[in-house]
Amino acid sequence: MPATTLSKTAAHDPRVFDLDQLSLRELNQALHNLAPGSNETAWEVLNPKGSHSVAVGVDQPVAIDVRGSVGYYCGGMNSGSTITVHGSAGPGVGENMMSGSITIKGDASQYAGATGKGGLLVIEGNASSRCGISMKGIDIVVHGNIGHMSAFMAQSGNLVVLGDAGDALGDSIYEARLFVRGKVDSLGADCIAKEMRPEHLELLQGLLDRAGVTGVKPAEFKRYGSARTLYNFNIDNADAY
Amino acid sequence: MCGIVGLFLKDKALEPQLGAMLSQMLISLSDRGPDSAGIAIYGAPSKNEAKITIQSAKPDRDFRGLEAELAKAIGTPVTIAVKSTHAVVRTTPAKIDEARETIQALRPDIRIMGAGDVVEIYKEVGLPEAVVDRFDVRKMTGTHGIGHTRMATESAVTTMGAHPFSTGADQCLVHNGSLSNHNNVRRELIREGMKFETENDTEVAAAYLSSQMAHGKNLGEALEGTLSDLDGFFTFVVGTKNGFGVVRDPIACKPAVMAETDQYVAFGSEYRALTKLPGIDNARVWEPEPATVYFWEH
Repeated sequence: MPATTLSKTAAHDPRVFDLDQLSLRELNQALHNLAPGSNETAWEVLNPKGSHSVAVGVDQPVAIDVRGSVGYYCGGMNSGSTITVHGSAGPGVGENMMSGSITIKGDASQYAGATGKGGLLVIEGNASSRCGISMKGIDIVVHGNIGHMSAFMAQSGNLVVLGDAGDALGDSIYEARLFVRGKVDSLGADCIAKEMRPEHLELLQGLLDRAGVTGVKPAEFKRYGSARTLYNFNIDNADAY
Repeated sequence: MCGIVGLFLKDKALEPQLGAMLSQMLISLSDRGPDSAGIAIYGAPSKNEAKITIQSAKPDRDFRGLEAELAKAIGTPVTIAVKSTHAVVRTTPAKIDEARETIQALRPDIRIMGAGDVVEIYKEVGLPEAVVDRFDVRKMTGTHGIGHTRMATESAVTTMGAHPFSTGADQCLVHNGSLSNHNNVRRELIREGMKFETENDTEVAAAYLSSQMAHGKNLGEALEGTLSDLDGFFTFVVGTKNGFGVVRDPIACKPAVMAETDQYVAFGSEYRALTKLPGIDNARVWEPEPATVYFWEH
């Protein structure tokens, strides 16, 4: 949106926070002060310049457009808001997200979506190492590639990767589903390729639709998940832990 | 934690601003490490001149009269420019090793920060802004430089424990992380004849690279060796007389962002450090891959 249209003359115009003028704390406090049913449903953040913790802990269904790149933990603990970063994100974007959605137009650094319990995280570029580590129900869709040790100890939710995955994908995975369209450098302990059944194709189509991905078919992906051999300690598996 | 930065200029027009650009980058990462800070600047080479950066906790006592005493002892003209607790000693390249030994004989409390044809190294306890102001780093010109702000984990908060560490002519290194096999590697390097000033893990990494390059490897090959010979967490940024390199360990949990334009290559622990660089909005910005060596040379 061109800068000339940013004003507060009408109720539907976004509330604009310029982080060159106002502190991060003022932005986050204003977001936390939102009452249920507030008319201030559109927010715009200017000049984030790699700031940490932009729009963490938002718990109202508002739309937040961040114009630029952010640092650590953007959108952490998000509960119901729709955050779009028009740039790249530093480590831990969407960490422990509960619901809502976060879209990163650029790349994401390490541990994107870590421990997330719900909601949708879309990364339109690449994500680096440990993407979806310990995910607990979040859905993550990465248009590009993901780095090593992604979905480490993933417990539930879905990780969809249109590109390639790095080493040790899904190490010590529990019940999350991993869908990778490209090559996987290596699978981690107890992570195996699994059959793509009709219900998985349907699930994946739904995820691609929600993430706005077009021109890609679920049948192009492979599914990976837990072999379930490490759930209970067995002395024969001691080397795998 | 620690914050590290590096800047390698391709565009000569930016050289007068190197000190200012690198200072701003380092100050932006102050909250990654409040204990001490340091900067190495690679200036313009001068044909008949090499330099040693020295430091003293008592500069009034140690630097007074040193210029004349040193010139007399080595039989060659010497100039000494004092900057707070540091001073830059300049003399002919042929006499630089002799000058170094003589300084330590004349003034046993003086510490050598680094030496070479072009490098100057300034480091002290304190926040980056205080260190940059103390040594007037913003006014310095140069071709490339590296900087560090420290949150100490492996050794004491002292001037000598601050980064950059320099263990060879015009070579220096900054480090975010901690090494676990540094005692062993230090012992091996001491056996080779390397000398150490501290118990610090990063000094071992610097000495390891100096040793590799002394054995004929180039910067890239020396950095490659760290991946098999050093154990622990590291993101290293390294400067040599005409080069600049970056390597991260295979786990790569220490953050790193790089940017490249036609004018420069820049490194920061975080993107925050890069936001005020010219043309950053159109730069190629990427996260260096784990266990992958990147280096540039003039």
